[in-house]
Amino acid sequence: MATETGTVAGSLLDLIGNTPLVELRQLSPEGVRIYAKLEGQNPTGSIKDRIALAMVDAADLRPGQELLEPTSGNTGISLALVAKLRGHKLTCVMPANATPERRLVLELYGATIVDSPADQGSNGAVRLAQEIAAGDDRYVMLFQYANEANPRAHYEGTGAEIVRDLPRVDAIVAGLGTGGTLMGTAARVREANPDVLVAAAEPLPGDPVMGLRSLDDGYVPPILDVSKLDRKLLVSNAESVVAVRALLDREGILAGVSAGAVVHVARRIAEELPEGSNVVAILADGGWKYLSADFWRSADVERSMETTLWW
Amino acid sequence: MSVVRVPPVLREEAGGAREVEASGATVRELLEDLASRLPALGARIYEDGEIRPYVNVYVDGEDVRTRGGLDAPVRDGATVVLLPAMAGGRGH
Repeated sequence: MATETGTVAGSLLDLIGNTPLVELRQLSPEGVRIYAKLEGQNPTGSIKDRIALAMVDAADLRPGQELLEPTSGNTGISLALVAKLRGHKLTCVMPANATPERRLVLELYGATIVDSPADQGSNGAVRLAQEIAAGDDRYVMLFQYANEANPRAHYEGTGAEIVRDLPRVDAIVAGLGTGGTLMGTAARVREANPDVLVAAAEPLPGDPVMGLRSLDDGYVPPILDVSKLDRKLLVSNAESVVAVRALLDREGILAGVSAGAVVHVARRIAEELPEGSNVVAILADGGWKYLSADFWRSADVERSMETTLWW
Repeated sequence: MSVVRVPPVLREEAGGAREVEASGATVRELLEDLASRLPALGARIYEDGEIRPYVNVYVDGEDVRTRGGLDAPVRDGATVVLLPAMAGGRGH
């Protein structure tokens, strides 16, 4: 993605990608090396900078067109940065109960916020965004769940960087959301390492989150092909937080909740692999955006997290 | 015998229970046993000998679709989780 320009970058957008890989010496089992790819080092602090840039550039907006996306998370913040620097307007549709800091950061980056009904969760935000886009052709909805530029950004960026930096990759682990990270990265890493094991870490949502969801709302993102995954593991909030805390305590890495889940799975996979194997764990973001969450110090982690879907 | 965790959306079909029991050495046997005990629940997750499209079945934390599907082994005492297929939203 990013072009090398020496020590001086012409734009913040040139600093997207080329994230470092760091060995997790304290968290790797004996004989196997787990490497963390630190996506929190992207300009807005998450892996979503990669796909935001790729999707906006692929959309090739005409004068008068504006960007629209249902998101209250990292993707919104990444799009807000890219939209600003590319000179586009951005509207984010998000549930009315999204946290104040999420709204504030998007507003500060210059995005317009439209509220969707709180009780309809992220599905409600998607529905409202689709209605708005259908009723006004000014809006271009990028929709990361179905946008081919999403996995492509990871094929050309994340995956290519891993292949460049590590001569041998035996397993890659990433969080499963849109599926873009896993699909794109795995496709590229497989070209260089045909036997690489591709593992997805999935969140086990708390009951209050799941209660919002009916089977009729079931959704598999069009860009996700589950048959391309070798393993798909469910990780509880409590397991994720144990790993988030271990990353900080033992490796000095302040990471987000999904990164904890990914490290949890990476350690499980690493235990199963032969000596000399290399495992790459893609850590999607840093922990800064989660500091107001209760789980850092809560005695009952699961309970403190059950009302939120964390990635 | 295995413990099957039921998501909120399917608890009515499970008589309100958060967890139910079922037995079987494979996912197919386990789901058929579950469907015979709780036909309403079975009908929502298992149809014509297949797991329904928007249902994910996990055995000891792993999605059975990447472990051999209905032929995936289930150990005695396993924890089985049923979940609606999920992502940020409904696209179409």
